[in-house]
Amino acid sequence: MADKKINLTLKVWRQRGPKEKGEFKTYEAKNVSTDESFLEMLDQVNENLVKKGEDPIVFDHDCREGICGSCGFMINGDAHGPQKSTTVCQLHMRAFKDGEVLTLEPWRATAFPIQKDLMVDRSALDRIVQSGGFITANTGSAQDANSILIPKTKADEAFESATCIGCGACVASCKNAAAHLFTSAKISHLALLPQGEVEAERRALRMVAQMDAEGFGACTSTGACSASCPKDISLTNIARMNREYLKASINRKEESGGGGDG
Amino acid sequence: MASNFDSRIPGGPLDSKWTQHKFNMKLVNPANKRKHSVIVVGTGLAGASAAASMGELGYQVKAFCVHESPRRAHSVAAQGGINAAKNYQNDGDSIFRLFYDTVKGGDFRAREANVYRLAQLSVDIIDQAVAQGVPLAREYGGLLANRSFGGAQVSRTFYARGQTGQQLLLGAYSGMMRQVDGGNVQLYSRREMLDLVMIDGKARGIIVRNLLTGEIESHEADCVVMCTGGYSNVFFLSTNAMACAVTAAWRAHKRGAYFANPCFTQIHPTCIPVHGDLQSKLTLMSESLRNDGRVWVPKNKGDKRAAKDIPEAERDYYLERIYPSFGNLAPRDIASRQAKFRCDEGRGVGETGQAVYLDFSDAIKRLGRDKIAERYGNLFQMYEKITGENPYETPMKIYPAPHYTMGGLWVDYNLMSTIPGLFVAGEANFSDHGANRLGASALMQGLADGYFVVPYTVSDYIANNKVEKVSTSHEAFKAAAEGVRAEISKLMSVKGTRTVDSFHKELGRLMWEHCGMSRNEKGLKEALVQIPKLREAFWSDVRIPGDANEINTELEKACRVADFIELGELMCRDALERKESCGGHFRDEYQTPDNEALRDDQNFCHVAAWEWKGASQPPVRHQEELKFENIKLSARSYK
Ligand SMILES: Cc1cc2nc3c(=O)[nH]c(=O)nc-3n(C[C@H](O)[C@H](O)[C@H](O)COP(=O)(O)OP(=O)(O)OC[C@H]3O[C@@H](n4cnc5c(N)ncnc54)[C@H](O)[C@@H]3O)c2cc1C
Ligand code: SF4
Ligand code: FES
Repeated sequence: MADKKINLTLKVWRQRGPKEKGEFKTYEAKNVSTDESFLEMLDQVNENLVKKGEDPIVFDHDCREGICGSCGFMINGDAHGPQKSTTVCQLHMRAFKDGEVLTLEPWRATAFPIQKDLMVDRSALDRIVQSGGFITANTGSAQDANSILIPKTKADEAFESATCIGCGACVASCKNAAAHLFTSAKISHLALLPQGEVEAERRALRMVAQMDAEGFGACTSTGACSASCPKDISLTNIARMNREYLKASINRKEESGGGGDG
Repeated sequence: MASNFDSRIPGGPLDSKWTQHKFNMKLVNPANKRKHSVIVVGTGLAGASAAASMGELGYQVKAFCVHESPRRAHSVAAQGGINAAKNYQNDGDSIFRLFYDTVKGGDFRAREANVYRLAQLSVDIIDQAVAQGVPLAREYGGLLANRSFGGAQVSRTFYARGQTGQQLLLGAYSGMMRQVDGGNVQLYSRREMLDLVMIDGKARGIIVRNLLTGEIESHEADCVVMCTGGYSNVFFLSTNAMACAVTAAWRAHKRGAYFANPCFTQIHPTCIPVHGDLQSKLTLMSESLRNDGRVWVPKNKGDKRAAKDIPEAERDYYLERIYPSFGNLAPRDIASRQAKFRCDEGRGVGETGQAVYLDFSDAIKRLGRDKIAERYGNLFQMYEKITGENPYETPMKIYPAPHYTMGGLWVDYNLMSTIPGLFVAGEANFSDHGANRLGASALMQGLADGYFVVPYTVSDYIANNKVEKVSTSHEAFKAAAEGVRAEISKLMSVKGTRTVDSFHKELGRLMWEHCGMSRNEKGLKEALVQIPKLREAFWSDVRIPGDANEINTELEKACRVADFIELGELMCRDALERKESCGGHFRDEYQTPDNEALRDDQNFCHVAAWEWKGASQPPVRHQEELKFENIKLSARSYK
């Protein structure tokens, strides 16, 4: 496809460090090829800033294929920008028109402190996984992989939940900054598999407790999370998490907090 | 020569070497394990699996990564699958066949004993992954599914739709996070290793830059395991993620670890072609697509008609024509080279003429659009997002791109480098893939190394060596940290006119042209003149804005590019010295009449391991001879 060239105005949130005050600054992105990705467009803006001796705009990114979950910021209020099911690294400039003004802002949530410009700290999501997002299976202790049959539909459903890339867009799009979609995707993925059933209750209790402890908000079922999710993680995961949590609370035999069994 | 340059391949028959070796290795008393510490650098498949397994054993593990979260390591991007000799399909697979395919696929430039062990361990990996909840693809009956990959005639590849890497990594990561919760693994993310610290000739720690604060930190342990991935980004444009770098490996090389076969790089045949100068990376289209996609170019030069207007009789399905028995599933090095030949002949397609078609129309006719969508839906979607074209309707355009590096730090059978106490696992070591890696074998190797090899060999090392506790106030740590600080301030003080990327792109162009899909003496010599000039220009004209004591992405890139430039030079030297063609290393001067790679087993049946001799002296090339006792050395044929 032949590319076109467009010009854009960017209003970008600049913030030097976690404790500094931030502000919007305006930049012109000129002569942008519509075949470029959004991040390549920012690379170009940054090259020009560096040549002038100015600090480039900092944003997280790595794979640029929509799978590592590093990238992500708001474009005109939309997490990862206007295109559905697409991370910002996969968003291409043909989605924009010549002359558009774009406002770029970092994810905003108490549990995601801003590090610099558009880069935030999402380690709270790691700590949620750490609290129970695993199956206890020491290396070397496994039986033959085909000894437990798993119906294809079940396996596919678990896979769908497991496709979450941990980008945090769901939190950023939620007016309560809730992490329910992320947490429930992990809980569902493991609870759907026979291997994960054994620890399902403990997992649900501990992960939900950790989610609250990190300062994520409550879920009021607006569905904004799923709408903005680049991997289309479905709201049924949240319903399943609520069920698992309720079941576990009723059967609660052990404390939800405290140290793990390593 | 380092006294440690000994492959230490255990004796005995091939199929019992590893079992016997495991028995002979020393164990550490369970109660003592927690008194011992191990640094693991990197949390990709190799690093996360090693950290999890050693944490489970009770060692105090410190795990480092440059990413914000360990789950974002580049392994996450692997698409197609992971091999294992399970023979679930009853199609004649076996450990020996996987071993054979890997040695042959690598064009007889890998160690038999290592490859055999890899094939043996492959089956345990799948068991481990399923136990962790990795949702591998299944059949309706509930059993695991398989697909075929290049270079094999059996179906042994396990997969999780188009994201096998992310699912396996999440498995290893969750195992590691369980150990973080249990207190046996301490996690240090957003840290970049910039030096290896040696005390009494042994690896005892690392110096890292905290990428959030710029602080230079020192960390000590009984030994160090590096799992820092490959160096394809030396080409600037590659399928690797942006932060993939040789830096950790290169710094260890400068401390005495030999670098093996640096010129063995893999150019993957099916990637989305380059679209312009501002492109930042290339996107892989998984090799699994070649199961159902047919590769072709027009028969006539300069045929500019749209693909659908070119009649069947005027299409050249060149892989099927040249390699009737493997067809579109010919190994990567061969498929890439053939694509290049077609484009060089003027039969390439697309605006640039640097592309060939990968066409699914026959498969869609045969299996239906839904079946194809189920197999490759996310890849098709990714293709459309990037190119704006719909591969269900028009064939994909693809071209080869740098993808994987078979070369890496030299290791012995225990995966220990020439530096005692420095282990290297995953893509970072010179690995088991010889001169060409078969598809779906890197995930296998990373996990075999991390779950099943390193935990044993590290224990053996700890049990055999009385490592005294050291503190980071030791002179060696201070000196190394000072060295890193001095280098950073040198970079910051250049204050030149050119951006880091401009140097990286220039290096990439030199490497692609002279040390890419085909190489020759003249080009390599030319590169060896140009690269030192580029290095000088870099150190006198690079511009890094901002401060070193804060997040500084330009400084991060500059440290990596400085090392890539030095590595590029070594790659060209290695390619120049290896006067034969084998696997991904194709020298124009050494080819058969029908343009296949011509090996020279008389003179080059060895691993070339390079020793750093300081900035002012050329490196020294050492040889590890390769012996083939179980497979006959023969010309590799896929016809
Ligand atoms: C697009 C793509 C698709 C692929 N598909 C397949 C496939 O289908 N099947 C297959 O078998 N193989 C595939 N491969 C190859 C395979 O993914 C890799 O070879 C493998 O995952 C490498 O794993 P690793 O653990 O060695 O390194 P990586 O996953 O690259 O991890 C490296 C780690 O080291 C850390 N690190 C690096 N440098 C430093 C430093 N200086 N300091 C601190 N930390 C550092 C990083 O943060 C990261 O955690 C693919 C590769 C690519 C690029
Ligand atoms: S649920 Fe979706 S939006 Fe949330 S972290 Fe996962 S992939 Fe991102
Ligand atoms: S950069 Fe990896 S998902 Fe966008």
